[in-house]
Amino acid sequence: MAYSDKVIDHYEHPRNVGRLDDKADNVGTGMVGAPACGDVMRLQIQVDDNGIIEDAKFKTYGCGSAIASSSLLTEWVKGKSLDEAAQIKNTEIAEELALPPVKIHCSVLAEDAIKAAVKNIREKRGEEAEQAAG
Amino acid sequence: MKLPIYLDYSATCPVDPRVASKMAEQLTMEGNFGNPASRSHLYGWKAEEAVEDARRHVAELINADPREIVWTSGATESDNLAIKGAAHFYQGRGKHIITSKIEHKAVLDTCRQLEREGFEVTYLNPKEDGIVYPEQVAEAMREDTILVSLMHVNNEIGVINDIAAIGELCRERKVIFHVDAAQSPGKIDIDLAEMKVDLMSFSAHKIYGPKGIGALYVRRKPRVRLEAQMHGGGHERGMRSGTLPTHQIVGMGEAFRIAKEEMADEAKRTLALRERFWSQISDMEEVHINGSAEQRVPGNLNVSFAFVEGESLIMSLKDLAISSGSACTSASLEPSYVLRALGVNDELAHSSLRFSFGRFTTEQDVDTAAKEVRKAVEKLRELSPLWDMYKDGVDLSTIEWAAH
Repeated sequence: MAYSDKVIDHYEHPRNVGRLDDKADNVGTGMVGAPACGDVMRLQIQVDDNGIIEDAKFKTYGCGSAIASSSLLTEWVKGKSLDEAAQIKNTEIAEELALPPVKIHCSVLAEDAIKAAVKNIREKRGEEAEQAAG
Repeated sequence: MKLPIYLDYSATCPVDPRVASKMAEQLTMEGNFGNPASRSHLYGWKAEEAVEDARRHVAELINADPREIVWTSGATESDNLAIKGAAHFYQGRGKHIITSKIEHKAVLDTCRQLEREGFEVTYLNPKEDGIVYPEQVAEAMREDTILVSLMHVNNEIGVINDIAAIGELCRERKVIFHVDAAQSPGKIDIDLAEMKVDLMSFSAHKIYGPKGIGALYVRRKPRVRLEAQMHGGGHERGMRSGTLPTHQIVGMGEAFRIAKEEMADEAKRTLALRERFWSQISDMEEVHINGSAEQRVPGNLNVSFAFVEGESLIMSLKDLAISSGSACTSASLEPSYVLRALGVNDELAHSSLRFSFGRFTTEQDVDTAAKEVRKAVEKLRELSPLWDMYKDGVDLSTIEWAAH
């Protein structure tokens, strides 16, 4: 099948590949997907004292579109607040990468990954209660 | 070197140039263009002669009588004709059919259709090595079993079934035995004087002939009857009507003739290529061959590269023309049903590639391919969270994944 130039670019030159210390207080980890389904994404964000994402890393097991979706996401979340990051929609990713309909699930997975990472860091920072109250 | 390197001979083969030139002679005014069914003039007689020569070449490779060969449009049609034709003809005796879970879709979907018509089908599960054993077939036999349909060589994993032994036990019980042999002629011996096979499907394009032509072997002694699926001018003794495509048939005949002459050497050469390839990748960690390593055709290697996904692997290997056991491009995200039936876990099934080597593969092709594969697997493992976990000693099967 034909991939868009942007998917190929991210696939061939993935941004921010790597791993942050998932035990660190300022690192949130989102791991979504399942090997049986053919894709697993691990997205990690490192947050500064003001709640701004200062670094993001990913590793993805999956097709080219899944790798590109997570690579793009790491670029997008850097410099964003947790709230802003959690609002990224899969449709924006799909549109940016021109994903065909059969690959939309890759962008959904990327959205799930950032939401899970944000949830994880918020739990670490004890923001859950605050969220619920707010 | 022509890029991408073609390593997908199990999907189809290029037509051998010797075959192509013979085919070209059957088309134009100057050539042998006649209708083989025309009985009233020389053009028809010459075309008929060419068709009968081809029939003899096909029969010779499989040690059959030329009168047992029925031309079809390919193995899919042969499978349909054999299974529906026999089931319909013999349904008075019973309505039970035995096949396996790893048959080609041409067999599986035909069986599904017969189920809708009221037949009952048992789908045998192959063993871990991909082989369906004769004792499994014997156990599944019932009083009302009329037909067993099993493949000779599996298209994905290249594993060979013991057709001779299964034939014996079908014959003992007077059950019709159909074999889908799309993948085996020219690669391994087929001797239908010895093997008790009643119906056998063939394709030309897997053996360096053209696409769009195949044949069904229909045994004469003991005679096997079929209900025709295509009605018309009564060609092919009423079993398959339709004007015979002389150029296609001559192509198939020539391909089978060449195969008979060259298969012994070709099998050796192809096996050497496969071993050369495997020796260059087998030292990598967590690389597994799917299906029996011994009981398989020389040209096939189906390998799982754990912790990398097949489709992305193929994307990295753009200089190689290969196929993946992962069907991630389909909306279902289902990995290969063949690998699943072998008990290969979904993750490894998603990580599998099929390499198939053939007549025009060179040592240089194989060496380049092996190098590319190593590079791609290493790159994608660097990107893979599963590889990290494996390296950290995490057992992936203990993790509860959220299926999506």
